[in-house]
Formats: sequence, C-alpha cells, structure tokens
Amino acid sequence: MAEPALLTVERLAMRFGGIVAIDDLSFVAANRQITAIIGPNGAGKTTVFNCLTGFYKPPIGRMTLWREGQPLYLERLDGFRIARAGVARTFQNIRLFPRMTALENLIVAQHNRLMRASGYTLGALLGLVPYAAAESGAIDRARGWLRRVGLEAEADQFAGNLPYGAQRRLEIARAMCTEPALLCLDEPAAGLNPRESAELNRLLTAIRDEFGIGILLIEHDMSVVMGISDHIVVLEYGRKIADGPPAAVRSDPRVIKAYLGEEDAA
Amino acid sequence: MSAAAADDFLPRAAKEAAATALMVFVLGVLIVGARTFDDGGGHLAIEWRMQVVAMGAALAALGRVGILFWRRHDPGPGLAEKWRPAAAALDRRMGWLIWLGLGFALALPALPFADRYVVDTAIQVLIYVMLGWGLNVVVGLAGLLDLGYVAFYAVGAYSYALLAKTFGFSFWICLPLAGILAAFTGVLLGFPVLRLRGDYLAIVTLGFGEIIRIVLTNWVDLTGGPNGLSGIPRPSFFGFPFTANPPEGSTSFHELVGLDFNPMHRIVFLYFVILALALVTNYFTQRMRRLPLGRAWEALREDEIACTALGINPTNTKLSAFAIGAMFGGFAGAFFATRQGFISPESFSFFESALILAIVVLGGMGSQVGVVVAALVLVVLPEWFRAFAEYRMLVFGAGMVLIMVLRPHGLVADRAPTVRLHG
Repeated sequence: MAEPALLTVERLAMRFGGIVAIDDLSFVAANRQITAIIGPNGAGKTTVFNCLTGFYKPPIGRMTLWREGQPLYLERLDGFRIARAGVARTFQNIRLFPRMTALENLIVAQHNRLMRASGYTLGALLGLVPYAAAESGAIDRARGWLRRVGLEAEADQFAGNLPYGAQRRLEIARAMCTEPALLCLDEPAAGLNPRESAELNRLLTAIRDEFGIGILLIEHDMSVVMGISDHIVVLEYGRKIADGPPAAVRSDPRVIKAYLGEEDAA
Repeated sequence: MSAAAADDFLPRAAKEAAATALMVFVLGVLIVGARTFDDGGGHLAIEWRMQVVAMGAALAALGRVGILFWRRHDPGPGLAEKWRPAAAALDRRMGWLIWLGLGFALALPALPFADRYVVDTAIQVLIYVMLGWGLNVVVGLAGLLDLGYVAFYAVGAYSYALLAKTFGFSFWICLPLAGILAAFTGVLLGFPVLRLRGDYLAIVTLGFGEIIRIVLTNWVDLTGGPNGLSGIPRPSFFGFPFTANPPEGSTSFHELVGLDFNPMHRIVFLYFVILALALVTNYFTQRMRRLPLGRAWEALREDEIACTALGINPTNTKLSAFAIGAMFGGFAGAFFATRQGFISPESFSFFESALILAIVVLGGMGSQVGVVVAALVLVVLPEWFRAFAEYRMLVFGAGMVLIMVLRPHGLVADRAPTVRLHG
C-alpha cells in the first residue's frame, strides 16, 4: 500500500457566514486507491468537493495535486484550470448536457485535446490542420467508454432522455473522457437499485486498476463504500473524526456514535 | 360531462370574458383611446375614442368566450398537439424543402413577378435572415440572451459608411473591416458583461445597445448625429459602377456585359450579395457546430458548471460566441449601409433588436431553417399588410401569437445531433 500521494489536503477550512462547513480538515488520497469521504448529512462532504474543484475558494488551507512529482496548488487555480490539471468530477444532482446526445456529451469532455487538434478552431476552419483524424479518435474513445458503461446502443439519444441509472453512468464516462488523474464522484450510487450499484462497484474498481488513477468518492450507500474503498475519511460537522482502512473505520466508536447516535445511558 | 360541470360553465365563461375585456381596456385606454392631434393653433389636443376601446374589449371578450366554448366541445389535446403529425411530416421532408428554398432564392430575380418591389423586399428578408443566423450563434447555440444585438449591426453600418466616405475604400475592403470592428466591439462589451447570466445579461446587453445608439446620436462630429450619414458610396460590380453615365475613364456594369442600362441591375446584384453573405453565415455556423468550439457553445447553453468541470474556459468560450455573432451583425450592417446609401441612428433602435430576437426565438432557438421561416413571416407579413396601415402591427402581433400557440417551442424545435455513432 505504498502508493504515492496524489492529493494532499492540509488544514482546509470553509465558512458560509457564521456556519462552519469544513474545519481544519487534512487528509491524503493516494494513486490507485479509492478514497471514500463519508459522514452524516450536512457533514461538509460536497463542500470538500466544491473546494477541490474550484467552485468555492477556501480562505484557509492547501490542496495539492501531485502530478509526476510536481505539486499543483488547487486553491490558486480557476475551476476550469483544475479540471485541465487532471481533476474530473460528477455531481450529486446529475449535470449532463441534456439536449446533446450521449456521444456528444463524451466528445465535449475531450474539448481541450480537440481544441488543440483543430488549431484552436481557426486551423480547422481554414483547412490548415487535419482535424478529421482527431475527431474520429475522439469518437473512438467515446465509443469505448459508452461500451464500457453499457450505453453504446443509446449513443445517439439525448442525454436528458436516458433513464436515471444510465445518466449516472454516462456522467462517470464523461468525467473519464477528460483523462483525469483524480476522479471525484459525488454520490454515484444515489438512486441506483442493488443490481446497478453492484455494477457501479465493478466499474469503479476496474477504473482504479486499469487506469491507475485515484478516485475520491462521496457515498451514503455503505455496501458501495465498504465494498470498494481502500481508505475512508469520516466527517462530522465539518471535522474529521476518523481516517483509515474500512475495517478500522467500521469499528471506530466515534464513527458508530456519529452514525447511530449516543448510546442511551440507561 | 356531469350537470354540475355544465352549470359551472356559464359563470366561469362570464368571469373570464370580463377579465379579458378589462385587460384589453387597461392596455388600450391610453394607447388606442386617446389620440393627439394638432388643433390648428400649434397646440396638441386630445381626442378620446372610447368607442374604439369598447369595441376592442367587446371583441376580445367574445373571442375568449368563443375559445372557451370550442375547448368545451373539443376538450382533446391543444392545437400544438394536433399539428404535431403535420409538423413531423414536414420535418421529414426538410432536406427537400431546403434545396427547394435555395433554388427559389437563386432563381427569384429571374422570375416574372420579380419587380423592383419584390426584390427589394427579398433583400430586406435576407438581411434579417442573416442577422437572425448571426444572433443564433449567440442566443441559439451559446444560450446568451442578447437584447442589444442591433449595436453590432450599427457598428458595422457606421464602420462601412465612415471608411468608405473618408478613405474611399471599396465595399469588398470595407466589409471585412466592418466585421472585424464589430467583433472587436463585441469583445470589448463582452468582457465586463459575460460574467452575468440569464436575465442580468439580457438587461446589460439591452443597455449597451442603447448606449451605442445614443453615442451615434450625440457624436455629431463623427456620425452626423441624428441627421445621419448620407452619400455613402454605392456598391460597384468589382470596380464597375452601376450607373447610366460612368465617370470619364471608367466602364460601367452595363457596358461591361453589353446590356442596356437598367437600374434593376444594382438591385439584383445587391440581392445576390446579401444571399451570398447569408449563405456564408449559415455555412460557417453549420461548420462551427461540428468543431469543438461550437460544441462547447452548445454545452455552455446546457450547463455552464458542467463545462467548467470539464476544463472548458467559460469566459473565453462565451466571448468567442459573442464576437462571432457580432461579426456577422457587422457584415449585415455594412451591407445595409451600402444598400441604403444613408444611415441614421433611427435605423438601430431597440425595436430592431427585439425583431431579430423574435426571429431567432420563434424560429426555434438554434434552428437555421426556423430563422428563415420566421424572418419570412415577420418581415413579409407587415409588408403585405402595409395596406392596412396602422393595423399592420396588429397582424404582426397576431402572427407571433399564432406561432406561439401552434409551435410553442419554435417553428423548428428539433435539434439535430452534430455527430452520430449509428448511421
């Protein structure tokens, strides 16, 4: 388990008015590992994601993404630059492009590579660069991901018309099409039936093992969390109360207390 | 239908009819009911025409009752639903219709009924088609509600007029310059305002549209103020002017091709110029939709936050849509200036922005064919009903309402995917 650190979060804090959403949070997510962030509702899990992906600018703390030994300080970057640096995410309330097809969704995800290939549009418009090859490459990659998440037959359907579980899978495929180093998934199993959630487990472990990337996961479904996580961080009221492998976290008395409430002093 | 429901009908109809009549009365009492006229002594006097307002209110109430009766006897799906099969059949034949339309557009000046008035109206329609296609990039594709599009039309027109008058540049040199200047204005305006979204963006662009018009009105030294600019050079056929008696040493168009002089030559030439410009705009947009930048525009319209999470720079992407839309507005403006030979700030009022936006929205946001149909309806309809003088705007409004009732998502609402995996 000596994987190098991919993401280090140090002393992160975030407040909204008087409400402390995250307080003095530090944790490490490693390459080739699935790190789950769990905690009761309102514990600040999604806020951590929003800080990591640049939607919030935390006033205190450092978030470092390590790429080839070089540190990238995420708190200094705009949201779209964080994505370009290799952090992809999905959203709790799915954010696909509903009036674009599944295939188009995956091609938009390859925007930056295609922009370079198209000579920043001007080259392709004037016929100076061979753009067609780049586009068919992008379609092939998209097709590969569609097949992987079982949506190849639905490729030309509008994303908004797909069933809920398919939309969740498509969003993960779209995030993977950006070729991230760190994949952040906000409740990917929410609203899935047990069969779909078992499929999700297989997909996520396959992504971890094949692409060697780190996965950061917010999840309520304990069968997913305990089944696939290599490392769990538990938050309560914005503070970290436990951090370790699943077996250790499961038996931690503070975690049990946070989830089940204080034992009656009867 | 139960007896209770039937009994309920009359009071409900009466109530709705009264409400409709009241609405028409409130709207019409000052706009229609009071007419100002010169009393002969240089003063304005008011003539009240309450009978007209009362008639309007009564007609509206009757119409409301009529609609209620009709819906009661035919409570099925609405008109839009009933028209769906017809619309779907039309959509299937869209490819043919497009070629037919294009063929008609190319042949129009040669058709027997194409007198000067018809070709002039066709030019007018094509200007709006081009403006609609230009604005479609901004509103339809990128989803940025721009209420001040006419500003770029004005910048293009004044750029052409000033460049051509001051430096004597020909139309074909001025045209790209006007486009570039308009695009530049677009970037300049876009930088501060594109951080805003939705309604806020609409209001600020509305403001900028007015600012441009007011600057044009008040910068008298440069723009001639409210008097406008006249004597703008007319286009020539690549250096051969369309005049009966060309200046010494130059050949006019009719001498070049060996025809008798005919003032229609210039009109027909203008028609083909604007047709070509519009088609270039359309080709460019269609091409852009299949390039990463165009796809990013559409993605931005769908969900800006998701775009950011995919590494798309939202500011630059919006700015590019704004600038490219502005550029086409500028081209259309340059054409307008050379066609009219005279421009003044009056031609660039908010009404123009609203009309162009109506063409895009009623055409079905993002649809290129829809823009053509909507431009035809909204430009030709008031032109046809010119005979009805003051009531033609009423027809215009009725046309708009009809489109909204029959095709609530725009005339051509279907979005064609830019790429397909399965055939």
